[in-house]
Amino acid sequence: MDKVQNNKAWFLVLPVLVLVAFSAVIPLMTVVNYSVQDTFGNNVFFWEGLGWFEQVLTDSRVHGALGRQLAFSGIILAIQIPLGIAIAVCMPKKGFWASVCLVLMALPLLIPWNVVGTIWQIMGRGDIGLVGYSLSALGIDWNYARDPLHAWITVIVMDVWHWTSLVALLAYAGLQSIPQAYYQAAKIDQASRWSVFRYIELPKMQGVLLIAILLRFMDSFMIYTEPFVVTGGGPGSATSFLSIDLVKMALGQFDLGPAAAFSLMYFLVILLVSWVFYTVMTNLDKAEGR
Amino acid sequence: MVQITLDNLAHSYLPNPQGEDDFALKQLDHVWKDGEAYALLGASGCGKSTLLNIISGLLVPSRGRILFGDRDVTHQDTVARNIAQVFQFPVVYDTMTVGDNLAFPLRNRGMAPAAIAEQVQKIAAMIGMEDQLKRKARGLTADAKQKISLGRGMVREDVNAILFDEPLTVIDPHMKWELRTQLKALHNEFGHTMIYVTHDQTEALTFADKVVVMHDGRVVQLGTPEELFDTPEHTFVGYFIGSPGMNLIDAEVAGDTAQCGGHAIDLGGHYRTPKGRVQIGIRPEFVTLTAGDRGLPVTIKRIEDVGRHQILRAEFAGKPINAILPEGFAVPAGANRLHFAPDRINVYADDWRVAPLHAVANPVKEAV
Ligand SMILES: Nc1ncnc2c1ncn2[C@@H]1O[C@H](COP(=O)(O)OP(=O)(O)OP(=O)(O)O)[C@@H](O)[C@H]1O
Ligand SMILES: [Mg+2]
Repeated sequence: MDKVQNNKAWFLVLPVLVLVAFSAVIPLMTVVNYSVQDTFGNNVFFWEGLGWFEQVLTDSRVHGALGRQLAFSGIILAIQIPLGIAIAVCMPKKGFWASVCLVLMALPLLIPWNVVGTIWQIMGRGDIGLVGYSLSALGIDWNYARDPLHAWITVIVMDVWHWTSLVALLAYAGLQSIPQAYYQAAKIDQASRWSVFRYIELPKMQGVLLIAILLRFMDSFMIYTEPFVVTGGGPGSATSFLSIDLVKMALGQFDLGPAAAFSLMYFLVILLVSWVFYTVMTNLDKAEGR
Repeated sequence: MVQITLDNLAHSYLPNPQGEDDFALKQLDHVWKDGEAYALLGASGCGKSTLLNIISGLLVPSRGRILFGDRDVTHQDTVARNIAQVFQFPVVYDTMTVGDNLAFPLRNRGMAPAAIAEQVQKIAAMIGMEDQLKRKARGLTADAKQKISLGRGMVREDVNAILFDEPLTVIDPHMKWELRTQLKALHNEFGHTMIYVTHDQTEALTFADKVVVMHDGRVVQLGTPEELFDTPEHTFVGYFIGSPGMNLIDAEVAGDTAQCGGHAIDLGGHYRTPKGRVQIGIRPEFVTLTAGDRGLPVTIKRIEDVGRHQILRAEFAGKPINAILPEGFAVPAGANRLHFAPDRINVYADDWRVAPLHAVANPVKEAV
């Protein structure tokens, strides 16, 4: 049967376009609009050009937030990826205990962000929190509200607790898809446990690990709720990551113009990084000849 | 290198096997003699791979023991057994080069780098991949992967045995022949015990001194190719070896004659009346087509010319029966009788061969 060409069918896409326009394009354009204008209130706006962008780009406060953000994302990736892989490798592959492990691993992922923040906010307190109290009892003067290092440790431990499961589950799925024949061949070739990991498991997990890294990077790059609940960005601005800083700027000080310019650049950075990951991943797939 | 004894072996993949049917390997008692090359033949699912995995130590059998010489290795791992195995589905290590793939088993045994390099060169030459040693194994063609897999199996010289599980399935016929020749050469040079699993009987018969035929989780016969051809111990062997396989006809056997649907057939031996389902088996090579009133009357379906000879496809009592006619044989007018060479007839009771009490003193020999 011949296909009938009917361009009127495109009208059927219209509802989706309208929806996308309202949900994404129009809000985004509003932000674009703010980013190039200034106002003294009363809904009177005047053209500002790229002024806000220049201001944000040269703002040492933004630089600081960006530096902290990169450090945070880097540290949690450096901990969560190896740790997640290690957990996945150690998890039982089948049977009752495999199911138990999976459920336990999934639990932290099901807890709402602000609850996670609250849990660790309480846990870390020197007077009533389990962790804080234990540390104080050991003679460490633990106070994340005063000591920037303590604040960082708390925030990082919290994120590791919350998200390592995701990496572990993804890695576990990757491991489960390795055919038994590879392990058998390795046994016949008398490979050590390390060689099995290095030459069979790691290469076969590569795809899922890239997804894990991408997800964890984007998520940690946009982190807001948990550090906000635990430290509120403090002490001082020690744990003010990009989005915390952005909210302070936009809502705390109501600097709409710079905040809008800031948001746009923030958005572009994430888009850029995602694009790089996507390219790397598709190239890898091609190299595997799939 | 060592003699491998399977003592009362059985294996089930189920945790609590109940009946016979739950066992992938039923009762097995078998000795693989040191330094022999065996072919392991059998239909799909009869337990060939399971048996190899038990010998190499990948699987622990549910029952029975495995002995290397006098040493009980039933619960020892692959390292202690030191056996090489080439798998049915080729495994290559994607991120390594071809050369590293071949060197991998040697490195794991801590061989000196210079000796490894030399051995890798030798094996690469055997599988015809010398010019690709530096290439990454990822993205190679299926037959290249199979060759690497085969090469990894042959690279260690100190192994106790080499097991090949259909190692050449995707390799083209010419290369297949070449690799098989290489395997034979390797066998002559080092005298490893080799077990070679295949579906392909010509492959089996050209490779091996001894052929082991498995059927439904059991070894039904071990013998030279001639023994398998002349005296199949089980109807499966008769049917599986040979092309076309042995003809099997329901019969009543008494003394030195068989009654097939009211027709008497002379046998080459004397039999005590066997019990169970009795059949006589005759290879198509020993069936002749005649006119007249001697022999079994059949309905001729067609004659196929396959080059070196012709195959006669006929039917007796609704069951197919085949005969091999010499090249250029002109079918006599009105020929519809098949005559069997008496001393080539085997008698089976419930699928197992029944040995004659003694041969008939003066059997009527027929030219074949
Ligand atoms: N890992 C397994 N778990 C459960 N049953 C299995 C497993 N491996 C094989 N079997 C079963 O055991 C029987 C023998 O299998 P096996 O792989 O040994 O046969 P094979 O002779 O090698 O067949 P093929 O010629 O198809 O490779 C089959 O019925 C198969 O379904
Ligand atoms: Mg098999």
